[in-house]
Amino acid sequence: MVPEYGLLNIQDLDVSFRQEHRTTAHALRSVDLILSSGETHALVGESGSGKTVTATCIMGLLPTPPATVNRGQVFFKGKNLLNLSENEKRRLRGKEIGMIFQEPGKYLNPAYKIGEQIIETMMLHLRMNRSSAIKRALELLSLVGFNKNKRILNSYPHELSGGMKQRAMIAMAICCQPSLLIADEPTTALDVTLQLQILNLIHRLKDQFSIGVLFISHDLGVVKEIADKISVIYAGKIIESTTTNQLFENPRHPYTRLLMLSIPDAAKRGSRLRSIPGAVPDAEHIPSGCSFHPRCPLAEPDCRKSIPPTKTYGDNHTAACFLIGKKWIDLST
Amino acid sequence: MDRFVDIKNLIKLFYDGGFLHRKRVATRAVDGVSFTITRDTIFGLVGESGCGKTSLARSVLYLDPPTAGEVWLDGTLLGRLSGKGMRSFRKRMQIVFQDPNSALDPKMRIQDNLAEGLINRRFSADERTGRIENLLDLVGIPPGHRSRFPHEFSGGQKQRIVIARALTMEPDFLILDEPVSNLDVSIQAQIINLLMDLKKKRSLTYLFISHDLNLVAYLSDHIAVMYQGKLMEMASTDEIMNHPCHPYTLKLFSSIPGRRITEPADDTGIDVSTDDKDRRQSTCCPYEGQCGCAIEKCKNGIPELMEIRDRHHVACFNT
Repeated sequence: MVPEYGLLNIQDLDVSFRQEHRTTAHALRSVDLILSSGETHALVGESGSGKTVTATCIMGLLPTPPATVNRGQVFFKGKNLLNLSENEKRRLRGKEIGMIFQEPGKYLNPAYKIGEQIIETMMLHLRMNRSSAIKRALELLSLVGFNKNKRILNSYPHELSGGMKQRAMIAMAICCQPSLLIADEPTTALDVTLQLQILNLIHRLKDQFSIGVLFISHDLGVVKEIADKISVIYAGKIIESTTTNQLFENPRHPYTRLLMLSIPDAAKRGSRLRSIPGAVPDAEHIPSGCSFHPRCPLAEPDCRKSIPPTKTYGDNHTAACFLIGKKWIDLST
Repeated sequence: MDRFVDIKNLIKLFYDGGFLHRKRVATRAVDGVSFTITRDTIFGLVGESGCGKTSLARSVLYLDPPTAGEVWLDGTLLGRLSGKGMRSFRKRMQIVFQDPNSALDPKMRIQDNLAEGLINRRFSADERTGRIENLLDLVGIPPGHRSRFPHEFSGGQKQRIVIARALTMEPDFLILDEPVSNLDVSIQAQIINLLMDLKKKRSLTYLFISHDLNLVAYLSDHIAVMYQGKLMEMASTDEIMNHPCHPYTLKLFSSIPGRRITEPADDTGIDVSTDDKDRRQSTCCPYEGQCGCAIEKCKNGIPELMEIRDRHHVACFNT
């Protein structure tokens, strides 16, 4: 069945990593996610929750083995990405799907000039000749806020600051006008003032070219700024998903609610922060039932036994918790 | 006012190796910084990466002795201490680093990691064990885990252990250099609460370094904003949050994510590459190039940190 809606439509995606001499790590557990053109969908979670695995799976960059896709489909423009051959994938990557990584320093080739790296992509995918590719590269660089001169094109990555590298990477990611942009923690390594610039830039480009953006982050504050919709992922499972406004006004899952309460700001001065006990489970030892139950102050015996199904509440607000609607306890104390 | 920690005109320079051992100043990492921390308070230091926060912390502790300037801790001038005097004075000031994974020796058991300082101060084995167990209990690690190795703990637990280690010497001044930025969001609050509890229990004074303004505003009694080695603004938390004066502080505060309601401003054409700026010797306000309200005076002189209201200091010609 090919879904009719959504630029990117992930259905029931289930990924595990088989490791020798170690327990199998269940990285993604039935992940569903729909992303439309011109929309920013944020995937929020802590380290090890499966954010990056989702991104690499979409890009077809998961190393198999050790990774195994147990179930599920990833539809991009109606095509299941998981069934494509390596050649077909290569034609999509960089052209239809652009990606920005967390550490721009790591993903730029230190031995080539910035210009070469941008031009190469365009010459390959768009079959441009060198001079028109250079011309377009200059336009792209001015789009991401550089002066329109050849200095940046002729620089090596180490000559640029972190923010400049990240902007160069964004230029590279959008050079073929992709319809999907995956941004994996694009601002985590950057300072706050630069972070704001990069967020504004992604926002502007999204509107200008009506790109669908999958924005991966651990920072609810950042996500609040940029996302139209948010999915919260915990231990490889999406536990809550809705529009940004609804999530912040009316978070339903205890994990989301606690996470919001635990973030410090000036208004909470003098009072104790609401902390979440325990630690994030790793993918090798996911608790039975609801994966959040060992840390959840509301947990009931049922939560330990079976995995709560994802239910829809109101307008497009989905959450996976047995207790929603049953009991509502103020978690702030 | 109890001037517990008093830093006067601290300067830290880093040199390039020049020809025939002639030294060339490469970076003015900390450039004439002065501030005072009152006993039992938290002094927050914010700034972007590379502005000299960590260099300042290391200079204050004499881990990297400052090039010039004075550091007074509870009436003692650190620069005047002899090597031996410094060694025994160090027990009063400790530091918690950002990355707990690299702060603990992976090949040592937790108890050995914690015992280092105690051995140096010639505690007997029994006393050491007792103290270590108490400390682990204090930071919320089961004392029974003391013979485990660092890799057997999660990031948050490791940071608790690093904090316990900083406390083995019973310091009264603690520098916290981005203590939670490497931790998961849901763990950060645990560590922050722990730090607040410890401060109360042991009447500690903190110098809290962070790039996270929300966090600093939540924790600190006083905040100083640092930019390119200099303090731009310094005031009590309420004062600086309600009446920020320096253009850089304003910019920093307006960048706090989650606070601004978007309609993103048009930012095309601004090239903020602060790191490629020459940081050897400047004759103008360090923020002059980025400042929206720079005047002629900003190009020709360096503004000094001036008190504009009660304990509110700003370094800007425009205030």
